[in-house]
Amino acid sequence: MRAAAFALLGAGVLAASVAAAVRIGTADVGWTDVARAFGGRLGLPVEPLPPLLDSLVWDLRLPRVLMAALVGASLAVCGAVLQAVTRNALADPYLLGVSSGASTGAVTVVVLGIGSHALGVTGGALVGALVSFALLLLLLRRTGLDSSRIVLTGVVVGQLFTALTSLVLMASADADTTRAVTHWLLGSMAPARWNTVAVCAAVTPLGLAAAWLCSTALDGLAFGSDTAASLGIGVRHTRLLLLVVTAVLTAVAVATVGAIGFAGLIVPHGVRFLVGPLHRVLLPCTALAGAVFLVWTDALARAAFAPREVPVGVVTALLGVPLFLLVLRRRGEL
Amino acid sequence: MRITAEEVVWSAAGAPVVRGVSAEVAPGETVGLLGPNGSGKSSLLRCLAGLRAPDSGTVRYDGESVRGWDARRIARRVAFVAQEAGADGELRVADVVGLGRTPYRSRWRGPDAADRAVVAAALDRVGLTALADRPWKALSGGERQRAHLARALAQQPRALLLDEPTNHLDVRHRLELMELLAGTPQTVLVVLHDLSLAARYCDRLLLLHRGRLAACGPPADVLTQELLAEVFEVDAVPAPDALGRPSVAYRGPLRPAPPPTGAPVPVSASDEK
Repeated sequence: MRAAAFALLGAGVLAASVAAAVRIGTADVGWTDVARAFGGRLGLPVEPLPPLLDSLVWDLRLPRVLMAALVGASLAVCGAVLQAVTRNALADPYLLGVSSGASTGAVTVVVLGIGSHALGVTGGALVGALVSFALLLLLLRRTGLDSSRIVLTGVVVGQLFTALTSLVLMASADADTTRAVTHWLLGSMAPARWNTVAVCAAVTPLGLAAAWLCSTALDGLAFGSDTAASLGIGVRHTRLLLLVVTAVLTAVAVATVGAIGFAGLIVPHGVRFLVGPLHRVLLPCTALAGAVFLVWTDALARAAFAPREVPVGVVTALLGVPLFLLVLRRRGEL
Repeated sequence: MRITAEEVVWSAAGAPVVRGVSAEVAPGETVGLLGPNGSGKSSLLRCLAGLRAPDSGTVRYDGESVRGWDARRIARRVAFVAQEAGADGELRVADVVGLGRTPYRSRWRGPDAADRAVVAAALDRVGLTALADRPWKALSGGERQRAHLARALAQQPRALLLDEPTNHLDVRHRLELMELLAGTPQTVLVVLHDLSLAARYCDRLLLLHRGRLAACGPPADVLTQELLAEVFEVDAVPAPDALGRPSVAYRGPLRPAPPPTGAPVPVSASDEK
């Protein structure tokens, strides 16, 4: 009941957050402007907005806010899933090294100047993420996919691609490129457009649903492989499925908006504190909380030092660290 | 349920651990699985629980080979309790026990009233009803072990397989747990280190030595001075305890055989003074 109330409340808060966040940014947008932009598109008899303002609301702000919601949900759920799969409270979506692979791909594309800028980076990052994940699976192929091996192999793959990224940057990038890439590495919602939102909107719900259908297995995995298997859970298959799902979700998110840190680590812990650790309830609540968290941190990143924009990854970390400490304190773990 | 092992062989990383064991546990029996460290007890237990596929040989439940069965089908027949299974400290006891319903639940549904009734009955069986809403981290070692037993009972299995469930338990909890096991109608196969506990509560014992079955039968036939010396390398005799219950008395570990009489005893320089 508490969980249902939390989920309902979360959905309401998310909808309100999206609407409110569209207004926030360098240029002022009023509630009526938001209503007019939506109303016009829905065919309601409202006075249309001036084209420039309409474009700002519809082509820049709205996709960006929706992207934040999708990526926030995605990263938070990936964190929750990987924390259960690896039985490691410090696991986050980047544990598998996928984000490092994405960075290498993105940097390579920028340095070599392949493709039109925005799409080229996204495409390169996606390819890099998938290559690093393929390497991870290759290294894990003859193991039982047990928790500690996943963590260790993920760290190894991540370090390799981090080194490759530095190598490419140092060897061939000029100062401007380095600055642009650094911005991307810290994570920013600025590149979000309708086409990238569409990709995310197609992939994320599928991934979240797949993870949710493994809820009981995730609960069982907390006891270790043997007990989980004795409960009728196909441990290896489940772990493999969940690794693929989290890798794809992370790859899609990172490819568009960079490696936004901390959301995937703290949001699951905070929600677990509120609704308990059963994944059937935890995962949907984590998705909602992650979405709301990133929508607001991104709004803050836009507004705090306007007109200059702070990478959202910096804001998530600045807010996340005290929140994380608070949760650990309350749980008596610190 | 009758559990049968036929020439079961299992190796870990190329090293044979279980080297061809044939044994049977009859329906309703409480059987102790004994042996020194590294004798293959836990591995054999995992083969019989369907958690490891034997390299060769066959495991049968009621005469049916389990090779190729999926985890879910096995989980409806056999429940397994590991030595020290951890858990998320925030999980409630009732949720942990509720996981025993996993093999019966569809992915799409949460626990229903029937599941909750089974969980309540299992908690009652092990005497943990009052702790149902406690978080796991607030439980003592004995309570955790009983909660795992309740979780296993909630699987409504026909056999319970347990790996050293009495480890880390104090005397009272050991006795309680063994009485619970001996009293269940299910077939029970339990790995034990405490030979006196095995002698007292088990109908039959299986004794493993270096991956092979050294003896099997009623406690009195298995816990003999000769077998204890050979398998456990201890000087021990089966002897009733002060209350007349079957037990084992230890003189101590066996030393290497003393030098034959008549042989010169080495004398150190200091002794010559």
